[in-house]
Amino acid sequence: MNTTILAALVPGLPLLGAIVIAALRRSLKGNSAGLLGTLAIGSAFALSVMLFLGHDPAAGPYTAHLFNWIDIGGMHIPFAFQVDALSLTMMLIVTGVGTLIHLYSIGYMHDDARVSTFFALLNLFTFAMLLLVMGANYAITFIGWEGVGLCSYLLIGFWYTNPAYNYAARKAFVMNRIGDLGFVLGLAWLFNVTGSLTFTEVFDRVAGLGPDVLTGITLLLFVGAIGKSAQLPLFTWLPDAMAGPTPVSALIHAATMVTAGIYLIVRSSVLFELAPFTQDVVLYTGLVTALVAATIGVFQNDIKKVLAYSTVSQLGYMFVALGLGAYSAGMFHVTTHAFFKALLFLGAGSVIHALGGEQDIRRMGGLKGAIKVTHLTFLLGTLAIAGIPPFSGFFSKDAILANAFDRSPVLYALLLGGALITTFYMFRLYFLTFWGAYRGDKHPHESPAVMTVPLLVLAVLSVVGGLLNLPHVFGGHEPMKHFLAHAADGIGAERLHLEASTEWMLMGLSTALVVLVIALAHGRFAKKATLDPEADELPFLPRLLARKWYLDELYERLFEKPYGWLSTMFHRVGEGWVMVPLMNGAGRLTQRAGQVLRLAQTGNMSFYLFAMVAGIVVFLLMTLYGR
Amino acid sequence: MEPVVTAIRQVPLEHYVALSFILFSIGLTGALFRRNTIIILMCLELMFNSVNLLLTAFSAHHSDPGGQVFVFFTMLVAAAEVTVGLAILVMMKRNVDSVDINQLNRLKG
Repeated sequence: MNTTILAALVPGLPLLGAIVIAALRRSLKGNSAGLLGTLAIGSAFALSVMLFLGHDPAAGPYTAHLFNWIDIGGMHIPFAFQVDALSLTMMLIVTGVGTLIHLYSIGYMHDDARVSTFFALLNLFTFAMLLLVMGANYAITFIGWEGVGLCSYLLIGFWYTNPAYNYAARKAFVMNRIGDLGFVLGLAWLFNVTGSLTFTEVFDRVAGLGPDVLTGITLLLFVGAIGKSAQLPLFTWLPDAMAGPTPVSALIHAATMVTAGIYLIVRSSVLFELAPFTQDVVLYTGLVTALVAATIGVFQNDIKKVLAYSTVSQLGYMFVALGLGAYSAGMFHVTTHAFFKALLFLGAGSVIHALGGEQDIRRMGGLKGAIKVTHLTFLLGTLAIAGIPPFSGFFSKDAILANAFDRSPVLYALLLGGALITTFYMFRLYFLTFWGAYRGDKHPHESPAVMTVPLLVLAVLSVVGGLLNLPHVFGGHEPMKHFLAHAADGIGAERLHLEASTEWMLMGLSTALVVLVIALAHGRFAKKATLDPEADELPFLPRLLARKWYLDELYERLFEKPYGWLSTMFHRVGEGWVMVPLMNGAGRLTQRAGQVLRLAQTGNMSFYLFAMVAGIVVFLLMTLYGR
Repeated sequence: MEPVVTAIRQVPLEHYVALSFILFSIGLTGALFRRNTIIILMCLELMFNSVNLLLTAFSAHHSDPGGQVFVFFTMLVAAAEVTVGLAILVMMKRNVDSVDINQLNRLKG
């Protein structure tokens, strides 16, 4: 089939699915909406695979030009998709993981009253995400960028009868908007200096720009990435976004949408390579976020919140990789993270499903006998994120750590510390959920096959995902790196200057420490029978972490409250003293003027005629003798 | 056509202008000061035709048929105007039982 049609169908099918399901949502009964939605995404995945197989990486990017979208003066923005190594990677992740999560949602959402709306939104999200990753210019990417933000908002607040969920949705939307502002400003600046938004044209033209301009543009783009990918200081929306249904957390807030920031930077790697200052900002933002989020994760008691902070932390690792210029390592981690974090979220969803909505790990425990498949797959996901060889997370995290060691051992030590904290809280979560004695009062039951099959598939991917980019020391050829290298100069060109022996040593060190931390977590949590106290009863340091470093409170004091005061003041002064008198005055003036002027309407027809003739005569005289 | 044009040309242009002016003034004065609506309509016709006369005269003197063609337009419009005007007149007679223009003062402010 024609590649252009194929490329257009990949986002087209989910859009069609969304429209059809939304239109028929009242008449679709039972599982039909879910099956339709899954079919749409599944077909998109099949088409992506066809595109992938038909793509010749050496031939460079293929542009699927659909039509001219904006064509005014010097502004030419075609509606076109770019099919290259990078977008294909993202397409396969989005549609592949998306299909599994759609399938899982059929089971998870089966007794929800608005299940059709749910699948319509999920399909719409996939469409927007595909636009984001496939766009051949920043404008298309931006449509997708806003589209996924909208779908995220709608799905976080899916259970809209709960005010707290609505608040979480609004928070996510507003925080993303802050990032989007940076993105838009960056795009405007970029267009101003290069005269184009098409990736290939922009990257050809930026070489001649001054370093200050490039630093400014890349910093603005990075602000957009911070918002979408939940990095400091804008990450607080992501944990709250767990208010949405669990498949949403898995698809949007773990596997795909939050990696949009990573994608944006990898896509713009040409710009970032020319702005070393921005790269450092990216690096340190990622580092601080990775550590801060990891420390918070240790003291969370909500099974989804732990995973949410883990996501923020892992995104931090990806940003570190990008800051180091190791784009392929970052994309590799995006891929493996999509596998194991989707697995963990879906596993958590299965646990929640089994316990009839319970999310607090203090009221779980001893579930490994009751829900065997969920337990096994969750364990595999936990091992993958902890970085135990030969699971996928080991390879991708090791690639980032090795690049960090190449830059500085201090950076390596910090990141390794973060990885150990990750291991600790993930195994705390695992042991508290599945080991020990059951501390709740529900009757756990295993989820149906429609939910466990996606778990099993993702578990297999989490285990063998490392093969996608097997490093040289294991006899691999880093196929993903070489594949991505075709997407843009710079990606995959990064060379590690480490001896094989050093790499072995680093891997051995991190593995040994991870095993040690697992043993520590086992000792502390495996047989735990007592409940942890509430956050307020903890000593200072744990309370600080359990309260998320008081960041939410800080933002409330710094921004929400002053904004509230400002609004009240504008309401009282601006509205009360200026606008209302002005508006009422204008109205009253019109009324008075009308009362005076209506007297001119005498009702005497002859007078009107006379006035008309007099007027004409006056005009005549003015034209003759005036001026 | 030619004999008519020649005939018109035998009278100097100034006379036509003067006649038109007089006719127009009569029409205008009548329209302004008479109260009978029928008279007012007739006065309007008078003003129309004074202008038509002027157009025809100038047209003939300048050998430009455009003016005469324009007169046909004016006559057409005038005919349409009269039908509307007379219709209003009939309705007026039925509603207020009078053709006095000063009876139409319902829109007094």
